[in-house]
Amino acid sequence: MLSRRIVETLVGLLLLAAVAALLVLAFRVSGLTNFMRSPGYMVKASFEDIGQLKPRAAVRIDGVTIGEVTAINLDPATFKAVVSMRIDANMDHIPDDSSAAILTSGLLGDNYVALTPMYSETFLKNGSTIQYTHSAMILEKLIGQFLFNIHKPAASAATPAASKK
Amino acid sequence: MINRIADIGRGGLNLIEAYGKAGILLYRILFRWPRITKNFYYVVQQIFAEGVLSLSIIVVSGLFIGMVLALQGHHTLVKFGASMELGPLVALSVLRELGPVVTAILFAGRAGSALAAEIGLMKATDQLSSMEMMAVDPIARIVSPRLWGGFISLPLLTLIFNVTAIYGAWMIGVQWLGFDSGAFWSNMQSSVDFHVDVVNGIWKSVVFGFVVTLIAVYQGYFAEPTSAGIARATTRTVVYGSLAVLALDFVLTAMMIGGW
Repeated sequence: MLSRRIVETLVGLLLLAAVAALLVLAFRVSGLTNFMRSPGYMVKASFEDIGQLKPRAAVRIDGVTIGEVTAINLDPATFKAVVSMRIDANMDHIPDDSSAAILTSGLLGDNYVALTPMYSETFLKNGSTIQYTHSAMILEKLIGQFLFNIHKPAASAATPAASKK
Repeated sequence: MINRIADIGRGGLNLIEAYGKAGILLYRILFRWPRITKNFYYVVQQIFAEGVLSLSIIVVSGLFIGMVLALQGHHTLVKFGASMELGPLVALSVLRELGPVVTAILFAGRAGSALAAEIGLMKATDQLSSMEMMAVDPIARIVSPRLWGGFISLPLLTLIFNVTAIYGAWMIGVQWLGFDSGAFWSNMQSSVDFHVDVVNGIWKSVVFGFVVTLIAVYQGYFAEPTSAGIARATTRTVVYGSLAVLALDFVLTAMMIGGW
């Protein structure tokens, strides 16, 4: 049997190794920068179509993440999707006439909410609603419109060709 | 015919009795948990026996699992032209599944079997009943520190396993296959979330640590006091422990993905 001192030292080393492992996982692997989520403030925006947007998606300005989507609900009266977002507390100078758009990171990436700041002198605060929104671009809809558009000239070109025969 | 039906009934009753006995044992352990001043050192001793001594097998298997994952992942990802996603692939599969599950199964084999055999042998050689004769509660002195030791050790071992597996993958990916080290880490950081992936993996290992050690302690404490009985208890600890880990892993994953 090892002496009590050695046992306690080795157990202490195990604990230290595990704490070091947790720190590596937090900062090296998951890139955590703040342990506590910054309190921030809540902002809402309603969209016609949110595409594949999910809760916890990023909210960005110029590609820099400044918050996250906390909830997505359907307004029962207007049938619009209401997206609730939490914006970091230090980003408290976003003009209240800014517009929100749902964009896709890369061709097949996740959706995120992009804010475009405008020039108003009053700022977004807790509970305010973003007025100007652009819905998500749905690839299927775009392809559908594209097919519909190329179909029309192709049909008008086909008719005289058919009448010649 | 009637005998067959009676067999089924007896099997069901035995199963329920086993759960009841495990519940009563757990109650007696939890409500007589070691007093910090007097029995704390026994817990430290058990963390040493179950945690520190399991470290070598955990580190070695973590390293190899990470290396194999990196090789296999690269082999498949390169077909889709997505080999830069190697870091996220390894990190997510290790943090969410392989880390907690493999560590718990290794722990059931390495420490759980030793626990069951130790307690079972104490019972077979009447050490537990002689303790009772001396007015020392064998549950407070023997069983409880072992349960707490395993409960504390397994999450610590899981954290160490995760880190070694990811560094094993880093060795293969960066040193052998020639990825850029910065891209490896930054791709990993952009897709691994601390709260969702790392913390949920730790919760899993907390649950596994509790279940595996409880099964080991139960099998040892209620082992038949013969050499064959101890052998059976040891086997059952590993088999039931591993099965419980795999089944609970499915339940926990379903709960976590379901946004619980």
